[in-house]
Amino acid sequence: MAEYLIKNGFVFDPVLGIKGDAADIAIKDGKIVETSAVKNPKVIDAAGKTVMAGGVDVHAHVAGPKVNIGRNFRPEDKLFGYKPKNGIERMQGGFSVPTTIRTGYDYARMGYTTVMEAAMPPLYARHTHEEMRDTPILDQGAYPVFGNNWFVLEYLKNHEIENTAAYIAWLLRATKGYAVKVVNPGGTEAWAWGLNCENIHDPVPYFDITPAQIVKGLIEANEYLGLPHSMHIHANNLGTPGNYQTTLDTFKLSEGIKPNSKFGRDQVMHHTHVQFHSYGGEGFNFESKAPEIMDYVNTHDNITIDLGCVTLDETTTMTADGPFEHHLTELNHLKWANADVELETAAGVVPFVYSANNKANAVQWCIGLELALLAKDFTRVFLTTDHPNAGPFIRYPRIMKWLMSEEARKQQFDAFKHKDKVIDATNLAGIDRELDLYEIAQMTRAGPAKSLGLAHMYGGLAPGLEADVAVFDFNPNEPYAPDDIEKAFSNAEHLFKAGVQVVRDHNIASNGNKRTLWVNAKVNENPQVMRDVKEKFLRYYTVTLNNYEVTGHYLPNPYVIEVDATQ
Amino acid sequence: METVTLTIKNQPELYLEADNITPDAFAGKKAEEIAALHVYIGREQHQLGDFFEVSGGAGATPEETKVVVNGDLSRVKYIGMKMTGGEVVVNSNADMYVGAWMQGGKITVNGNVDAFAGTGMKGGEIVVNGNAGNYLGAAYRGDWRGMADGKITVAGNAGSDLGTFMNGGEIVIGGDVDVHVATHAEGGKIVIKGNAKSRLGGQMVGGEIYVLGNIDVMMPGFAYREDVDIEMDGIKGRFALYEGDLGERHRKRKGQLIYAKLYQQIGA
Repeated sequence: MAEYLIKNGFVFDPVLGIKGDAADIAIKDGKIVETSAVKNPKVIDAAGKTVMAGGVDVHAHVAGPKVNIGRNFRPEDKLFGYKPKNGIERMQGGFSVPTTIRTGYDYARMGYTTVMEAAMPPLYARHTHEEMRDTPILDQGAYPVFGNNWFVLEYLKNHEIENTAAYIAWLLRATKGYAVKVVNPGGTEAWAWGLNCENIHDPVPYFDITPAQIVKGLIEANEYLGLPHSMHIHANNLGTPGNYQTTLDTFKLSEGIKPNSKFGRDQVMHHTHVQFHSYGGEGFNFESKAPEIMDYVNTHDNITIDLGCVTLDETTTMTADGPFEHHLTELNHLKWANADVELETAAGVVPFVYSANNKANAVQWCIGLELALLAKDFTRVFLTTDHPNAGPFIRYPRIMKWLMSEEARKQQFDAFKHKDKVIDATNLAGIDRELDLYEIAQMTRAGPAKSLGLAHMYGGLAPGLEADVAVFDFNPNEPYAPDDIEKAFSNAEHLFKAGVQVVRDHNIASNGNKRTLWVNAKVNENPQVMRDVKEKFLRYYTVTLNNYEVTGHYLPNPYVIEVDATQ
Repeated sequence: METVTLTIKNQPELYLEADNITPDAFAGKKAEEIAALHVYIGREQHQLGDFFEVSGGAGATPEETKVVVNGDLSRVKYIGMKMTGGEVVVNSNADMYVGAWMQGGKITVNGNVDAFAGTGMKGGEIVVNGNAGNYLGAAYRGDWRGMADGKITVAGNAGSDLGTFMNGGEIVIGGDVDVHVATHAEGGKIVIKGNAKSRLGGQMVGGEIYVLGNIDVMMPGFAYREDVDIEMDGIKGRFALYEGDLGERHRKRKGQLIYAKLYQQIGA
């Protein structure tokens, strides 16, 4: 493999602790190495430019059945957006629900190299893997959803942690999954009965278990197994004014539980798209409770969060939170798709237009940014849009601009129709903090990699890590306009993925050698769980076990992370 | 006003996607520059000059530019797409998407147009002196934002799914229409001087439909209210007023529910 030496760039790397000093980064055999270890490298002159590790996205909806429902029922999302094949660059289409090809390329253009699919319905794991397989460049993994799964509900009703863990291990292996995802615990199952769970003690119909029991049980099972990532939750009551109390109640379920993982993470709960979960007030008079939320996050080391920033775009919402999508279609009267996934989960999809003329949308925009600007530890707070729910991922550089520039935020405030009311309902106008690129690198690289238990591979530029390196045409030491940030970080000048140059001079140069990460957790034999699995497939599933498991050809280039929980 | 004349010299083997045939794309250009503009056949890119003889020249702005297109254009799509001003005269039948997403100016077609003419139209005027195909003045597939403003006049008949998701503007059909008129419409006005078949105003919550001829089957969601005398735009007579679609959610104005209105002529 070619050797590279990226010379004299302004390096921002939390792993090495480099805060913008000029440094050289050497690449050999797909890994970052000491500069003395390369003999005859291709030299990339990065003088006057910004160098960072490849970005890591901890939460995005980029592959699988509900993404495809979005693609199928929104032809208007693709209108005028097609880009024909050009050289090695394959045809691309779509905006908020782009094709797999555009997904890979657009992440690469932003300097991202690892993207986790945030909700995989186990029954449709094959579809999810097919789409990930067709997404170029990126290393990916997918989180199967567990929070409304009948096995889990039945085991945790009696607090059977060992059985839950054995089932998780079996399902991760069957679906080639990466982590334990929970979406509206209990509420999605309740939706099958036309109901919801509105707080953590609201019992799930028939199963007679509460969201609190589900969440706590899944954290304990996750730590019993010692998985790389923690339990990853989208709590109850998403998007409802006054829901911050449910969010705090959910956070508290992690208290007193210590991480048990050899993968270097410190958290036992990752709470996703917290913007949607930080609302006070009632009805249309809802307000920001970001300070209350961040007070808790800042003082509790065993949780990590991601933002879910609203980007003020027309987008497509999609979630396994079935009742929420019904609520949304009742609100905006746009088309709605609803899907039930047998014993496992559900999903809904609704287009949504976040408008600067709408007070509620403007308040949401403020809350997302407030969460970041009130954070104390950026290795525990990650930049996301819950793509495509709060906005498409291609807007990450715009969020960076807003976080790094008070002037850019002021420009956006001035564009709001209800500016004064928005300022009254939020705190953002009173925050003058401007993040620097080191903090951005913590939020987009080192932090998410550590939270995923992948700090030994991604998120930094230390020798031994994967050679995922981005060079941006941005000089942090020269004066710049806010828009220069967005422009530079939307359009990486060079990007290396595992030592392969995938972006050269702002153009896609290679389709890379994407890998699919999954976790193989070994547990002691558990005849009861295996009997339950067989019985449920016989009695209830519409498919047999043989047609359920994800096998070899769905993952042409797997990367298995082994976990031993047999002691 | 300067005039550019395009005359088709080679018929495309498949269909030509010619969204560059607009006063906007031509403005400020000489004949050679216009001939060099791109067109697509499938994924292959060609030049306008490969298929058309180009003569004359454009004005400095779209408003000062008239485009005349001659010859058989039944395999040419997207004429006048997104145009904002000026004039286009098509002396033939044209394929789909004539004047789609048009914002201003005028298109006259001295022949028939195929489906999707005036899709998502925001302003300007389209006059079709022949017949129109399906989805005239409708929303793009999947979109909920249909024709918003402007006027479409068809001398002959129109196909099905006319004015789907219409929000504003006016469509006048001289002849008959096929099924599905103003489905999901929230505004705008449709005048049908001939006969209509069925499914007029399904899920329509605002706007008006006038039918001077027969309606084969009235939607069950429309209720007869009263007979009214109408005199507008050369139409004069007694009409039966129906309101609907009663199965839908309706907006309120000053405490009153707003319904879509369907007028059918019952006398002179």
